[in-house]
Amino acid sequence: MWDYSDKVKDHFFHPRNVGTIENPDGVGEVGSLACGDALKLMFKLDKNRRIADIKFHTFGCGSAIASSSALTELVRGKTLEEAEKITNQDIADYLGGLPEQKMHCSVMGKEALEAAIENYRTGKPVSRAAESKIICTCFGVTEGEIAKVIRENELSTVEEVTNYCKAGGGCGGCHADIEAILQRLGAKKPTAADESDKAATRPKQLTNIKRIQLVQEIIARQIRPALQRDGGDIELVDIEGTRVIVALRGMCSQCPAAGVTLEQWVQAKLREFVDEKITVEEAPK
Amino acid sequence: MRTVYLDNNATTNVAPEVFEQMRPFFCEEYGNPSSIHTFGGKIGKLLDKSRKQVAQLIGAEASEIVFTSCGTESDSTAIRGTLESYPGKRHIITTRVEHPAVRGLCQYLSQQGYRVTELSVNREGLLDLDELREALDPDTALVSIMWANNETGVLFPIEQIAEIVKASGAVLHTDAVQAAGKETIDVSKVPVDLLSISGHKLHAPKGIGVLYIRRGTRLAPLLVGGHQEHGRRAGTENVPYIIGLGKACELASESFKDELVRVRKLRDRLEEALLDNCPGAKLNGHKKNRLVNTTSISFEYVEGEAILLLLDRLGICASSGSACTSGSLEPSHVLRAMGVPFTSAHGSIRFSLSRYNTEQDIEYVIEHMPGIIEKLRDISPFGRDKTKPD
Repeated sequence: MWDYSDKVKDHFFHPRNVGTIENPDGVGEVGSLACGDALKLMFKLDKNRRIADIKFHTFGCGSAIASSSALTELVRGKTLEEAEKITNQDIADYLGGLPEQKMHCSVMGKEALEAAIENYRTGKPVSRAAESKIICTCFGVTEGEIAKVIRENELSTVEEVTNYCKAGGGCGGCHADIEAILQRLGAKKPTAADESDKAATRPKQLTNIKRIQLVQEIIARQIRPALQRDGGDIELVDIEGTRVIVALRGMCSQCPAAGVTLEQWVQAKLREFVDEKITVEEAPK
Repeated sequence: MRTVYLDNNATTNVAPEVFEQMRPFFCEEYGNPSSIHTFGGKIGKLLDKSRKQVAQLIGAEASEIVFTSCGTESDSTAIRGTLESYPGKRHIITTRVEHPAVRGLCQYLSQQGYRVTELSVNREGLLDLDELREALDPDTALVSIMWANNETGVLFPIEQIAEIVKASGAVLHTDAVQAAGKETIDVSKVPVDLLSISGHKLHAPKGIGVLYIRRGTRLAPLLVGGHQEHGRRAGTENVPYIIGLGKACELASESFKDELVRVRKLRDRLEEALLDNCPGAKLNGHKKNRLVNTTSISFEYVEGEAILLLLDRLGICASSGSACTSGSLEPSHVLRAMGVPFTSAHGSIRFSLSRYNTEQDIEYVIEHMPGIIEKLRDISPFGRDKTKPD
């Protein structure tokens, strides 16, 4: 059972501003039936260009409906410039907090507002997918959206990213990609293990034996545990000089993103910690 | 506020007769059945009686009954114990709709190098037995297929499955946690090797389970150490709970026929009224071939958790296969395996009855449910043009 605040319950049982507006100035739609939640938001401005009326329709759980209701209360009477400054955290705070796994509901509110404002300014329906490449195919979350929730909410783990925008919450095939975005943004808090690994990294010249030992160690300590968390596994088949041949097991063996995982993550890790010349190949099945 | 409890596939109330039977075994008759003194030793006789009561419910011999701590332990013992007994075989067959106690373990085992085949189900939740025939091979150690599905109540044809599996030489385990006490189970006629039961699904307390082990079945124990349960499950017997479970099985055997007719009537009344009166309501699972106490209904264009919260405010307890209720982001694996379309998978609600439910309970839900669905559809951006029942 979710631990919803009284304010969340109040806004779910008695949602404010449900409905539609005739001839709205801006309309924003996010989410879909397939994803399990969706929000359609519309507003009308008064002559001072303040939000005079705002209405929504939401498909989703209790906190999705409460977040939509809270959003409309927060932005009513504001100028678009003021409304734009509202963050998903503001929505959550207004509700007296949301369970961590439900933060994506507040993000959906924020996204719908942005889409509606953009629609007002451009006069065009806003399509999120065009903006950048889709990372999470299960929930259709783009790289730009993931980067945004990471920056705005100072996220540092894949699990947090899933809580905030659902990316990675389906098949798990994109976890390595989300990890890469976290690292690129410098958002990943280095763990103690990472630090000690870094301190001990990359002697200049490796003998073959030393290289083999290091590869084995990095696979065992860093790569396997991460893959196993997602139901996959990796087996070291052979090492010839700087060619590392591996086999993917478990979920990884059927994963369409396996190639990406190998190149962008396994190879990157081994290059970082063992030898820049390393290439990773998958053993023939 | 009144409580209308329609979530009996999650857990059930302890029957008052069961509780009374258990009561002396906490503070007064607390002896250990393994003791030599009479104070403890006499308890052993009572355990034998419970064993007979459980055996009777499923047509087994008392010696084939092993008490465990829960349904999950029974499933784990059956699956891991079989694999340990047949170390040369590396293949497991199960289904895509098993309870997590089986499915989660099989997925774990597949990471350990076992080959796992998950049989699919059709739109009504039924298996294709040809798929089972094709999946069996000499490497198959174990087939684990549930008797009845916890989410939809759909029954699998265990008798036919047993014939097919027996011919192949593999061991057959069935998770009968939802079926026991609600469906005729007779292992003297249906040749399953291993069968799991959980106490708290049939009005005994939580924390007691049973694994039926057909005489002659090779099975390594999960818990090793003590001599209890003839070495098949070490650990001091949970005396009060075993006695309670025995009583619960006796009650189930007695009330079985009459009660189930009554429960089925209540379920059917609820189901028909909801399908008739709620817009976009659809039944999940085969209409005939299922447990008498369960109905899973999807309400299009609304979300399950939201429905449950509104029901909860009225004191009505049910459950949902929606993503949001579980903390996962995807709807139930059972509904997905059945190919329930996403327009309705997120809005599925399961009502599961017991012999303690009354007509008033059912009428109360029938009275309030249409309003709840209408309220949520008014909030939803989808299906707005469809307000009339299909």
